[in-house]
Amino acid sequence: MTNFLTRDSIFIDRLLRAVASPEHGGTCLFIGTVRSGSDESAPVTDIEYSAYDEMVEVEMARIVDEVRSRWPVARVALQHRIGIVPLGQASIAVVAAAPHRDVAFQCCRYVIEEVKRRVPIWKKERHADGTAEWVDARTRTAIA
Amino acid sequence: MEATEGTIRVRLFARYAELLGRDTLTLTVTLPTTVADVVAQLRRTLPAAQALPERPLTAVNLRHVFPESPLSDGDELALLPPLAGG
Repeated sequence: MTNFLTRDSIFIDRLLRAVASPEHGGTCLFIGTVRSGSDESAPVTDIEYSAYDEMVEVEMARIVDEVRSRWPVARVALQHRIGIVPLGQASIAVVAAAPHRDVAFQCCRYVIEEVKRRVPIWKKERHADGTAEWVDARTRTAIA
Repeated sequence: MEATEGTIRVRLFARYAELLGRDTLTLTVTLPTTVADVVAQLRRTLPAAQALPERPLTAVNLRHVFPESPLSDGDELALLPPLAGG
């Protein structure tokens, strides 16, 4: 496994410790969790995440570097889970800490938006009726 | 520039890997060439690859690239289905 990917549950406390510092008065935590979806007739039971591991590692490191460059006072940490993630469990966690809350919020938002925009991870939603389909996040529709 | 032969390693993921029934393949190409050229070659030579979009999201050597980007011998070209991380 890489620094940024895990097949196990994400340990939020480890991420919080990674960014903690006496200088940081504000910490922002974002957790993305698997939800049941809008189709009540076939709720999502879990999501299977897959990734281009080597590029995830490089691209997430680039995102962290961009934060460091743009907000030198902040520190961020993140982890994405791959494999099967059950309903209600975290698929991604992003933590950002800074001296004050404004920068912490900005960094946290920047990281999650960039992850969604450019990190090569895919998800297949699996439903209670036994069906499964790949998700195109651009349109939030299932694709064949 | 004189044409030469080169080898490109193609990586497939998620839906694209399912469509082609494999996650890696090696293509012999005529250099110079571009990402778009190699995608077109793939779609021409593998029947299952015709289900791929003409201009999929692509990465070369772990970096997002445009279809016009050149390829060199030994490059790794990844065809990326629509991203859904986070």
